[in-house]
Amino acid sequence: MTNDQERPAADSAVDTRPLPPRDRRVAGPSPAPETIEECIAVRDLNLYYGDKKALAGVNLSVGKNRVTAFIGPSGCGKSTLLRCFNRMNDLIEGVRIEGRIELHGRNIFDQSVDVAALRRKVGMVFQKPNPFPKSIFENVAYGLRIQGVKQRRILNRVVEKALRGAALWDEVKDRLHENALGLSGGQQQRLVIARAIAIEPEILLLDEPASALDPISTLKIEELIYELKEQYTIVIVTHNMQQAARVSDFTAFMYLGELVEFGRTKTLFTTPRNRRTEDYITGRYG
Amino acid sequence: MASQRFTHHISQQFDNELEAIRSRVLDMGGLIEDHLNKVLEALSNADADLAEDVANRDDQGNAYETEIDERCTEILLRRQPAASDLRLVLAVSKTITDLERVGDEVEKIGRIVLNLVTADVPRSFYLSLLSIGHHVKRTLHRALDTFARTDSHAAVQVAGVDPEIDEETNAIMRQMITYVLEDPRSITRVLDIVLAARAFERIGDHANNICENVIYYVEGKNVRHTALEDIEREIGTE
Repeated sequence: MTNDQERPAADSAVDTRPLPPRDRRVAGPSPAPETIEECIAVRDLNLYYGDKKALAGVNLSVGKNRVTAFIGPSGCGKSTLLRCFNRMNDLIEGVRIEGRIELHGRNIFDQSVDVAALRRKVGMVFQKPNPFPKSIFENVAYGLRIQGVKQRRILNRVVEKALRGAALWDEVKDRLHENALGLSGGQQQRLVIARAIAIEPEILLLDEPASALDPISTLKIEELIYELKEQYTIVIVTHNMQQAARVSDFTAFMYLGELVEFGRTKTLFTTPRNRRTEDYITGRYG
Repeated sequence: MASQRFTHHISQQFDNELEAIRSRVLDMGGLIEDHLNKVLEALSNADADLAEDVANRDDQGNAYETEIDERCTEILLRRQPAASDLRLVLAVSKTITDLERVGDEVEKIGRIVLNLVTADVPRSFYLSLLSIGHHVKRTLHRALDTFARTDSHAAVQVAGVDPEIDEETNAIMRQMITYVLEDPRSITRVLDIVLAARAFERIGDHANNICENVIYYVEGKNVRHTALEDIEREIGTE
């Protein structure tokens, strides 16, 4: 050891070099791009009620196993668009449709499409619960019965599975043969969802499924939607923007029959690109 | 996008609530700026009374922070804001945290100035502090100005100043080290000056954060931890 006292202490003890400029970039892993399989493709869709154009040039892609929400003011065409997906509009007189809706690449408006088969694939639930005036069991078994399924064992299994899937089983398992109209509104709505999923559709269309329900039943339906997307592709129409923000992965904002903006829910609700979307979701004068 | 401020909500009350938090942030900013000016004045004039006065005013900024924070909570609860409204509330919430911390730094500087003045440290010794102090003061003022005008392009410009302040801090550090080397007994006052320089630098960082909050509010882009060039490229400078 050399003479400590003579050593220039400061040079070694204090680093006088300037600090490097802070690098503000963070080299974190960027999330892998999510691949989403397309389930429904809407292409240049126009729809007229008589002379009135209700949908104008709608183009949209619905991702498989995702929840897609349609929002917009009354009369903007969101329910009309939803009803196109299982050709419910066929039942309305004076409706004329141009353009295509492809389900796995096949146009559902083709002459050759069997509408009954289409509706088995694309189930629908409405604003007001509409159980049949039958027992809980028969409500859920109804779809299978009209398909000709008679074996009790199969029916039992399917009914239980569907009721569990709709998060209703525990509440009704001891009274399956009571009339469904005795259930509460929220339970009826979940029963209707159970009826829809009993025939194992691919897609569930929900037209304001919670707007007639109290907050607790609404949350149960929302929770259910969250669980159901594991197995189904879900399209929901809602007036409740917070609901769209809570349950959906993608949101489409419609206005006067046009699709104004479509994108990831998170993006659309925090940084919408279109001024009309911004005005609508923030409650401004449009 | 700045014109968004001029369209109104269907709920007039909601407009009022948002405008209120915006203007309260500017009031708070004005107060903190005033404290910063006073501490610089105390430093410049070796005014111990003024330094002590500023060091004891931190609770005013804290009171603002608490009040505005409560207003933000209430808006989130009652209005469930979306899009630019949501971004405004979040930007306000972050900005008041930054301003409150600026207040803390000013308080620290006030105590240091009091030390320096009562210890009769010669003015030449801390001249460099005045220089960085004025630089930081201008930067904070400009940052608050971009908030008032919701001007994201100006915010990018102001954010670009931060590296200069950091460099100035480094220069003071180097200068202070030479003082210690010359006379180790100067260590107490050198430490005071280093801590004050560091506090000014932190104020510069908070001004920078405020600019980032403005960019987030106006552009919807989170530019924290993003290099300046990348920000400029992303939002495009006019």
